[in-house]
Amino acid sequence: MTSHQDDTRYIEEAGSTKDIKNPSYFQHHGNRKNMLKLINFVLLAAGSLMILSPLWWMFSTSLKTMAEVMSFPPTFFPESWNWSNYIRTWEAAPFTQYTINTLVITTLVVIGNVLSNSFIAYGFAKIPFRGRNVLFAIVLATMMIPGFVTLIPQYVLFAKIGWVNTYYPLIVPAFFGSAFNIFLLRQFYMTIPNELIEAAKMEGASHFYIWRKIGLPLTKPAIATVAIFSFNGAWNDFLGPLLYLNDENLYTLQIGLQVFKGQLNTQWNYLMAGSLLVLLPVIIIFFFFQKYFIQGINLQSGGK
Amino acid sequence: MAKTRSAMRRKETMYGYIFVMPWIIGFLAFTAGPLLFSLFASFTDYNITSHMDFVGTENYQGLFTEDGLFWTSLWNTLYYVLFSVPLTTIGAIFLSALLNQDVPGIRVFRTLYYLPAVLSGVGVYLLWMQLLDPGTGMVNLMLGWVGIDGPNWLFDPNWTKPSLIFMKLWSVGGAMLLYLASMQGVSKTLYEAAEIDGANTFRQFFHITLPMITPVIFFDVVTSLIGGFQIFQEAYVMSSNGEGGPANSLLFYNLYMWRQAFENFNMGYAMAMSWILFIIVFILTMINLKLAPRWVHYEGGDNR
Repeated sequence: MTSHQDDTRYIEEAGSTKDIKNPSYFQHHGNRKNMLKLINFVLLAAGSLMILSPLWWMFSTSLKTMAEVMSFPPTFFPESWNWSNYIRTWEAAPFTQYTINTLVITTLVVIGNVLSNSFIAYGFAKIPFRGRNVLFAIVLATMMIPGFVTLIPQYVLFAKIGWVNTYYPLIVPAFFGSAFNIFLLRQFYMTIPNELIEAAKMEGASHFYIWRKIGLPLTKPAIATVAIFSFNGAWNDFLGPLLYLNDENLYTLQIGLQVFKGQLNTQWNYLMAGSLLVLLPVIIIFFFFQKYFIQGINLQSGGK
Repeated sequence: MAKTRSAMRRKETMYGYIFVMPWIIGFLAFTAGPLLFSLFASFTDYNITSHMDFVGTENYQGLFTEDGLFWTSLWNTLYYVLFSVPLTTIGAIFLSALLNQDVPGIRVFRTLYYLPAVLSGVGVYLLWMQLLDPGTGMVNLMLGWVGIDGPNWLFDPNWTKPSLIFMKLWSVGGAMLLYLASMQGVSKTLYEAAEIDGANTFRQFFHITLPMITPVIFFDVVTSLIGGFQIFQEAYVMSSNGEGGPANSLLFYNLYMWRQAFENFNMGYAMAMSWILFIIVFILTMINLKLAPRWVHYEGGDNR
């Protein structure tokens, strides 16, 4: 908040200019401001139509008959709402199996990410030890390594230990922390006063105990952010399953959808129904947990 | 007394390493180890199954002198980065400036614009394939309303990359939130002072807002540059199983690397490719870091 003194100084300075003494200046200025606000609003409203129309189009197309999809010019609203398209889509490929597979992987990845990153970040934020700064610099540096540089040798590693065509390569690395999440949680841990940790240590508590009883509860909002980002990442992961899963019974929704696309060619109504079903959980989670997404972004920009 | 203090410090160091141990193990097993292996293997004819003979710089020489597709993929990737990074940056800043105003429904607008940023994966790519479909898609339908005969988008080699950039712009809301958070941190007194000095909204934007958010612009440019060079999934899904689109116009660097590694099993060759990309990204990031002090404004004065 600005101090009162500052305000009066500016006003006094401004008072010396003749424009501002003229009452019509404010009025004119106010109109101009309102005009800009109106333009701003109109631009935002027009833009939101552009943002929303693709989603509406996906929904609308998913309900059309194939004849209507192919008709020219395309229609914005379906002539008849064929909800059965969704049932047909679901039955056209083993989507139930894909959903279960995706849920298994996603759940384990979220658990792994939350536990490991919270644990590691506590170490980097709250325990002073020799070599900490160097190690943390390496953590940050790993964010700059293009994924493909490690992807190919990682594949070789997992192939050699017989993990191809299993979920291990998709899940196990999540239990060893990731740079971005460590960074995010460390930022949050930094806001917990050291005195709190010190006081607990005086009482004889070990760091494990402090992490469990103080660290975890106090960083809940940041953990929620990490959980949601990891859910999104694992749910939408395409590259990992594409590389490691060959057996159709192991496919995730993303791979299933890609295969489905190959089979259906341009049957857009079914393809849009499938896409919408796969995107739906993410949309729902977004609307319920918005504030955690936004918090993650804020923590990120706070670190610059 | 001194002895107990050093004993305590030793204990802290031990705890510190226990806490960051998962990351250290993960770093060695999934990042450092694979990196070293890949650097070595890039000088061999490794094919994962039968041979791994040292071939010197043959892979690198072959890439630069004999492989036309290598240059095609590098050019495609540069084209994509060159256009997508500035466009998404400017788009995100413009959008966040609009969303930083006090107009009715601003919260709803912010949510709507952010929504596409959380949607990713095959579902979104399929949606855009349909939207950009020349005959049945929404984009050309809308262009038709204003009398524009839309291009063939993903079927025309000249329009495939703009198609992907277009899709990228739809989800510009992620970076928008980053800028919005930073804009809201700019002190109100600066604007009040400028207002009284008679600076209009546009002058205020260019002389106050923009300089104050340069640290976030810097962060965004660096990360989207690194991300842009790694474009893969979009091209893989939107060009029928990674064929590279019409006239190889969607054959991006990582897509070609993927083909060499996992379709032709030229692992050594692909790993050489990955190191070239690593070096390009590294040099560009260093240039960014070097140029930063010239235009990035850090509050507090010390322009490090």
